[in-house]
Amino acid sequence: MTAIAGKQPNYKVAPPKSGMTIKQQALINSIIVNAIVILLVLLWTIPTFGLLVSSFRPRDLITSSGWWTAFVTAFQSGAWTLDNYRSVLFADAMGSAFLNSMLVTIPSTVIPITIAAFAAYAIAWLEFPGRKAFFLVLVGLMVVPLQMSLQPLFSLYQATGLNGTFLGIWLAHTGFGLPLATYLLFGYISSLPVDLIEAARVDGATPMLTFTRLVLPLSTPAIAAFAIFQFLWVWNDLLVALVFLGTRADVAVLTTRLSELVASRGQAWHVLTAGAFVTMIMPLVVFFSLQRFFVRGLMAGSVKG
Amino acid sequence: MRSVQLNGGPVMALFEKTWFRVLVSLVMIMALSYGFMVSTEFMKNQDAPRAMLAIVAILVGVLGIWALYLTVDNLVSTFPIRIRDFVRPFVFIAPAAIILGVFIIYPTIRTTWLSFFISRRGTGVVPGSFGLQNYVSLFTDPATFRALINNALWLVFVPSFSVSIGLIIAILVDRIRWEKFAKSLIFLPMAISFVGAGVIWRFIYFRATFGAQIGLLNAIVELFGGSPQGWLRIEPWNNFFLIVIMVWLQTGYAMVILSSAVKGVPGELLEAARIDGAGEVRIFFQVIIPFIMGTIVTVTTTITILVLKVFDIVFVMTSGNFNTNVIANVMYQQMFVQGNFGRGSAAAVILFIAVIPVMVHNVRSLKSRRF
Repeated sequence: MTAIAGKQPNYKVAPPKSGMTIKQQALINSIIVNAIVILLVLLWTIPTFGLLVSSFRPRDLITSSGWWTAFVTAFQSGAWTLDNYRSVLFADAMGSAFLNSMLVTIPSTVIPITIAAFAAYAIAWLEFPGRKAFFLVLVGLMVVPLQMSLQPLFSLYQATGLNGTFLGIWLAHTGFGLPLATYLLFGYISSLPVDLIEAARVDGATPMLTFTRLVLPLSTPAIAAFAIFQFLWVWNDLLVALVFLGTRADVAVLTTRLSELVASRGQAWHVLTAGAFVTMIMPLVVFFSLQRFFVRGLMAGSVKG
Repeated sequence: MRSVQLNGGPVMALFEKTWFRVLVSLVMIMALSYGFMVSTEFMKNQDAPRAMLAIVAILVGVLGIWALYLTVDNLVSTFPIRIRDFVRPFVFIAPAAIILGVFIIYPTIRTTWLSFFISRRGTGVVPGSFGLQNYVSLFTDPATFRALINNALWLVFVPSFSVSIGLIIAILVDRIRWEKFAKSLIFLPMAISFVGAGVIWRFIYFRATFGAQIGLLNAIVELFGGSPQGWLRIEPWNNFFLIVIMVWLQTGYAMVILSSAVKGVPGELLEAARIDGAGEVRIFFQVIIPFIMGTIVTVTTTITILVLKVFDIVFVMTSGNFNTNVIANVMYQQMFVQGNFGRGSAAAVILFIAVIPVMVHNVRSLKSRRF
C-alpha cells in the first residue's frame, strides 16, 4: 500500500514547513508518535508494576520507602524477599483460596459449555416449534443484570441447603453464563456449511451423532474462546462468590479472601501486594499464553449481563 | 451401528429389539437420577475433602450430563417416527431452558414483584403493602439518591474516557513498529479482577500518616512541594479517583476493538482525503470517525452496561463511604447486610430498567434476521 503510494508524485501535498525535507518531517512525526505511545504505555503499566515490585520487598522496606527506590538498592542484600508470598499463601489462607478458586472455576466453565453446545446446535439445525422465540428470549436474557437473580436464588438456596456449597455456585455461574454461551456457540454452529450437515443427515446420522461427531469437533475455536472468557469471568468475580459462597475461610475464593484482607489489614502492604498478585497469576498466565484466544473471547463475551 | 451387522450375536440382536432398548434407557435414566441425587448430597457436604469434591464435580458435571443427554436421546429414538422427530429437539434444548427458567427468568419476575412490597429479613413480605414505597425511599433517602447521582457520573465519564483514549491509542499504535507489544500492555489490565485492581490503586492513592509517602500519587505531590492528601476522602472528587480505575481497566478493551475497526478503513479513502489536502486531524474527524461510528456505538454501549453494574471497585476501595456509593452496592448492602429485601429488589430493578433499551434493540435487530 505505502510502497505504491510512495511512487506516485505527491504534487498536491502541502509543502514541508521551514525547509525540511518530507523525510525529516516524517522522522519527527514518528518520534512524537512513539513518545506519546511510550508515555501512555508507561502510564498503563506502572500501577501493576509498582504492585509487583513491592510484593517482593521486605515488610519494613515497603513501609519506609517508595517501591521506586527499590532499584537504587537493588543489589544490596536483603533488598528482595519471598516472605510476603510465604505469609499470604499460608498464614493468610490465600493458598487454600487459590485451590477454592480452581474448584469453583473449572466446573463453572465446563458445565455451561456442555449445556449451551447442545442448545445452540438444536437452535441452529433442528426444527421445533418456538425455535425463534427461544432464541430471541435468550438474546434478551443476555443483558439482564445478575443482580436481578441474587435474592430469589439466595432464598431458593436456603430452602434447598445449597448456600455456601460449591455445587450452588457452579449452578449459579452456569445459569448466568448460559445465555451468552449459547448465543456465541449458536453464532458459530449456525455458520457451518449447510451441505456438511445435510450430507450427514442423508448418510443416516441421527442428530445426536451429527452433533457429537461433526458439529462439536468443528466448534473447537468458539468453545475455546468462550471457555477462556468464562474462566476469567468466574475467576475474577466477587459478587456471586460473596453472595452464594460467603467468606468462610474453607470455601472463600481468591477475590473474597483479598477483599477480606483489604477490610481487615488495609495498611499491611506486604500482605496486600503479594495477595493481589496471587489473585492475578492465573489470569496473567492465560493472558500471555493464549493471548489470541483471550482477546477473541473477551471481545465476544463483553455483552454478558 | 456397523458392529451390530458384523457380529450379530444373540446379545447384539437384543439391541435391535425396541423393548430392550427402552428397558436399557429407563434403567440408565433411573441409575443416573440416583447418581445425581447421591452426588448432590455429597457435594453439599462442606466437610468433604476438596480433591474428592473436584473429581465428583467434574465426573457428574461432564460425564453425567453427557450420559443423560445420550440416554434420553436413545430412549426418544425408540418412539414412533412422528413423535420421535417432534420430541427429539427438546432433548437438546430442555436442560438449557430449565436452567434459564430457574436461574434468570423466575428470579427476574420474583425480584420485580418483591420490589413493590415491604419485605425484611425476619418479618418477610408484609401482605397488602403493595406500592412504590421502595422506589420512593431510594429516590428520597439522601444516601441512596447520592448513589444514583454517582452512578450517573460513572456512566458519563467511564465510557467517554475509555472510548476516546482507546481510539487515540488505536490510531497512534497503527503508526509504530512495536504495535503488538504496546497493545498487549495496555490491554493487560483487562485480565485483572476488579478486586485486584482495587488493591493496585489503593496503593497508589495511599497516604501514610507518618514516615515516607509510599503511595505513588502522594510521593509525586510531595516532590512538587504539596502536602499529601487522603484522596479517597476528598468529596466529590473521590468519585473521579474511582472512575479512573475503571477507565484504566476498560481502555484496553475499547482500543483493541477500535483498532481493528480503524484498520478496516480503506486505504484509498485516506489517500484520497490526503490528496485533497486534508490534514491528519481533519482526516481523523471527518473520515475515520464517521467510518467506524457503528463500532464506537457498540463499544460505548458495552462499557455502559458494564459500568451500570459496577460493584467490586467501590466495595473494595471505600465500601460506598465518603459519598462514593453506587446502585449495585446499595443493592448489595440493602439485600445482604441490612436485610431489606424490598429496597434491595427495587435497586436491582432500577439497574434492569436501565438495560431494557439495549435488550429491546438487540432483540429487534435479530428478529428481522432470517435463520
